[in-house]
Amino acid sequence: MSATSADTRPGRTTDPALRGPVARPGSRLLHRMVWLRLSLLLSAPLAWMLLVYVVALAALLITSLWSVDSLTSEIDRSWTFDNFRTLVDNEVYRTVTLRTLGVAVAVTVIDVAIALPIAFYMAKVATPRVRRMLVVAVLTPLWASYLVKVFSWRVVLSEGGLADWTGFGSPGYGLTAVVITQAYIWLPYVILPIFASLERVPDSLLEAAGDLGAPSGLVLRSIVLPLLVPGIVAGAIFSFSLTMGDYITVNIVGGANQMLGNLVYINAGAANNLPLAAAIAMIPIVVMLVLLTAIRRTGALDNL
Amino acid sequence: MSLPTSAPAETATPGGAADHPAISLRGLRKTYGDVVAVDHVDLDIADGEFFSMLGPSGSGKTTVLRLIAGFEQATAGTVELGGSDVTRSAPFERDVHTVFQDYALFPHMSVLDNVAYGLRVRGMKKAERRERARQALETVRLGHLGARRPAQLSGGQRQRVALARAIVLQPRVLLLDEPLGALDLKLREQMQVELKQLQRELGITFVFVTHDQEEALTLSDRIAVFDAGRIQQLGTPREIYENPSSAYVAGFVGTTNLFDAETSQRILGVAGEHAVRPERLRLSPGSDTETPREGEVRLDAVVVETIYLGTGNRVHLRTSDGVELVALEQSTGSLDTREHRGEDVTVRFARADVVPLSS
Repeated sequence: MSATSADTRPGRTTDPALRGPVARPGSRLLHRMVWLRLSLLLSAPLAWMLLVYVVALAALLITSLWSVDSLTSEIDRSWTFDNFRTLVDNEVYRTVTLRTLGVAVAVTVIDVAIALPIAFYMAKVATPRVRRMLVVAVLTPLWASYLVKVFSWRVVLSEGGLADWTGFGSPGYGLTAVVITQAYIWLPYVILPIFASLERVPDSLLEAAGDLGAPSGLVLRSIVLPLLVPGIVAGAIFSFSLTMGDYITVNIVGGANQMLGNLVYINAGAANNLPLAAAIAMIPIVVMLVLLTAIRRTGALDNL
Repeated sequence: MSLPTSAPAETATPGGAADHPAISLRGLRKTYGDVVAVDHVDLDIADGEFFSMLGPSGSGKTTVLRLIAGFEQATAGTVELGGSDVTRSAPFERDVHTVFQDYALFPHMSVLDNVAYGLRVRGMKKAERRERARQALETVRLGHLGARRPAQLSGGQRQRVALARAIVLQPRVLLLDEPLGALDLKLREQMQVELKQLQRELGITFVFVTHDQEEALTLSDRIAVFDAGRIQQLGTPREIYENPSSAYVAGFVGTTNLFDAETSQRILGVAGEHAVRPERLRLSPGSDTETPREGEVRLDAVVVETIYLGTGNRVHLRTSDGVELVALEQSTGSLDTREHRGEDVTVRFARADVVPLSS
């Protein structure tokens, strides 16, 4: 067959530029060397993880085992459990730890209770347009400064402030105000994971439950809630750990109350006792580790 | 709430099923904003019938099913089940159960708990509901998989669990929304047989939604062909296939040769649109000069393409005056009977096989 007859066939003519492999020696090397691909991909994030998480945490742990010479205020780098002994023996630390845990639990319970119906409405009831608007509405407060939001609550809760006008009266500055403010600030972090896991529940599951005879309340309890557990747990971990570590809100609307964060702040700053601050900072870390292990045991994260 | 499972049907219609059709739709209409999904559907489905709703996607067949189940509220018209008006009732108040296209099995429950869910909702004791669920699973031959999670099952097995979950409640009517759509061909054919057997054994009314015309033809007692929210034709599979009422039905159910009014006049010498099924055309090689016999139409044509189907050949033809035809030839086991591209052939078919269509 001559070249001309082949070329006259429709669809047989080919532009030589489209033929043959694309010459990229680097890509070819990468394609062959799986370990090279992996290490190129992961080296930067791994280095970052190592530096930020592992090294910083190790430094914290080591610092908490040092002590401060009470005369010279110099850090004494010999190993000692004195800081942890202080935490256990001194009643102040126990009280503050329990108070912090209580606030964190209250904030988490309130947030989950508010987030569930909002997330359900967003994911299953609202039209796509309303849903988009609500997602934006939930996300927008995250752009506003944390301090501005807390000070706004200070104004709302102040004597003669907005809360007084409503007729309910203001709780005044104190732990209640801390719970209210923190519940407000961390709410988006609870709504979003619950919303995300609700969106993954197909509508047909809810219809099927209704079809099999379950009234709406029972559908929620027996089908929706169990499927939402991973989302609820994720949201609860956010609000709980963020509240555990907060110290600014307490300063602004908490009155004279102190939380663990305040103790860390005071000891690392004014009291000039960095080792004790490090030891106090270990408390929320240990609490979260215990909690996460417990949650894992229940199998709540299996469907994540 | 504790109802015995089979009671609602019997108490709701004293006097029994014979008095009323299982399902009765009157003037049913459903609109979403400006879009009319279902328009003026009147339909009676008899007790124990295997009834199919056939149509392309968007033709309104699934919406009708959802209106019967109660997932959608009708814009106008009524839905009656066994003689009682349920137009405004919630899904959980209706004695119909649905098998969903995606099966909608509860992922956090075992297969047995899935099947027992409807019984649990009705407040049945644990031991008894487990026993009944186990029996229902036996019915669909999955008795050994009760402890598994739905995620651990194959598509065909999930399909059967969905069936068991519905039939354990002994409904009078089972609604099936493209239940075989997600299965591969082999499994699908097997499930078709099982569905048909199950329906016959249990005597339940099946309302089956499908876009697969072959599936509808093989399974159903009666078929409603849907288009644009309306029923285009209602009849037995034979009626639908042999005597399609419109060009739409003829084209959707099986392949067909459609003659528009002008072509009908020229070729057949009659007015109006007509259709001939491809398997009614007979081909013979070479052009034929004999005068056609009484009651026979004869055309000269050229083979455009021959497609081997395994069971036979599909031959695409063009007549001398430019009409496109399709013929189906059954394989007879003889050697190569294939017509070749460009070959002249004579096409014959009986006038009796020409179906007049109302446009």
